Amino acid sequence: MSLIKYNNRSLKDLTTTPAAAGGGGTGALVHIKTLTASGDTTLSFVNGTDGVVLDDTYPIYKFEFINIHPSGAGSEFQVGFRDGGTDYDATKTTTVFYAYHFEGDQATTLDYNTSEDLAQSTAFQDLTVASQIGTDNDEGASGEMTLFNPSSTTFVKHFMSRINYVDDTSDPSPISVVCHVAGYCNVTAAIDAVQFKLDTNNIDLGKIKLYGIKDA
Amino acid sequence: MAIRTAVNRALTEITALPTAAALVDGNLTLLKTLTADNSANLTFVNGTNDVVFDNTYEKYVFKFIDTSIRSNTEKLGFNVSIDSGSNYNVAKTSSAFRAHHGEDDSPAALAYYGDDDLAQGTGLQPIQNGGNSDADSCISGELTIFNPSSTTFVKHFIMTTNQNNSSGNSQVLHIAGYANTTSAVDAIIFQSNTGNIDGTIKMYGVGPKQ
Repeated sequence: MSLIKYNNRSLKDLTTTPAAAGGGGTGALVHIKTLTASGDTTLSFVNGTDGVVLDDTYPIYKFEFINIHPSGAGSEFQVGFRDGGTDYDATKTTTVFYAYHFEGDQATTLDYNTSEDLAQSTAFQDLTVASQIGTDNDEGASGEMTLFNPSSTTFVKHFMSRINYVDDTSDPSPISVVCHVAGYCNVTAAIDAVQFKLDTNNIDLGKIKLYGIKDA
Repeated sequence: MAIRTAVNRALTEITALPTAAALVDGNLTLLKTLTADNSANLTFVNGTNDVVFDNTYEKYVFKFIDTSIRSNTEKLGFNVSIDSGSNYNVAKTSSAFRAHHGEDDSPAALAYYGDDDLAQGTGLQPIQNGGNSDADSCISGELTIFNPSSTTFVKHFIMTTNQNNSSGNSQVLHIAGYANTTSAVDAIIFQSNTGNIDGTIKMYGVGPKQ
């Protein structure tokens, strides 16, 4: 048996976990990367770049959106997937539905949104719909999106998103809106990068966190 | 500096993690488990009974495991506090919709559910409605709260629970909204609008410590 010597400082300063104890994570949910917006046009997670892992390391990936705040009014939060090349233009078919409720109780709804779902489209998918993310200092959007098995070269790539946000563009009062989006990238090429942006304006503030979910 | 000697076998058999590693590795960290047994409420208050509910994590998840109420007229809900639990009365706006399906195959429907939404309401945010006092009846699901310690943004939450309700239906309820405050939220209470509750609620911190 080989003997390996460690000094106390090296053990104290451990920043990653031995493979025997999970290979870099302390549970099934492994934090991979956090991007913090500061007036950014886009936020991109590219496999192999800046510490991002988005390959067959994990069968499921999860993105968390925390207080996404636009730089201007009229913005919808969007996602695109890269299936080769440099463009985020993987073909997608999706469903979209949403519910909302005015702060003043003036109206509620639960409805499918036919104007922002996609049918074999290469466009970015809206993750917030029907109304736009508010721009008051305390407003924004938070939620999450799950991407299944992006590295598969056999199957389409399913994704599901749920985001709640404040919309203050409608009278007579701000609205709590929750938007559910689900669908698939209809490609058998691996998805190796995901990009988030607003359809208009920049992402003024907010964080997006990428996690891998272990299968064992 | 002290020199420690470790054999390779000892390292390969590590099953617990150094504190330093937990600071950077993302995970789902169990913070607290509370179990109600005919209890008036369950509360998670930052700094009390080892509860962490501050800027340590940017996302917290509460999981309801076989949580139940004691009569068919009760409604399980939650509220949040900005003063360490002295008051649970933060204004909240939320939307709610449900799908339900009868054990006898009727009804089967999906619709907005106005009984369980709030419009700047300071009372309990319903988690499920129309309880079921049957011995095998309960509510399971989870509530996520984003960035409760922010002093800039409102506090978004999303929640999904399922129950077998008093009408003999399987009912899934989707609720989402925000606590409309820019003060830090530092406590949460789970209780019924009337009566006591049973069951387990687990609190987790999600992701790397900040």
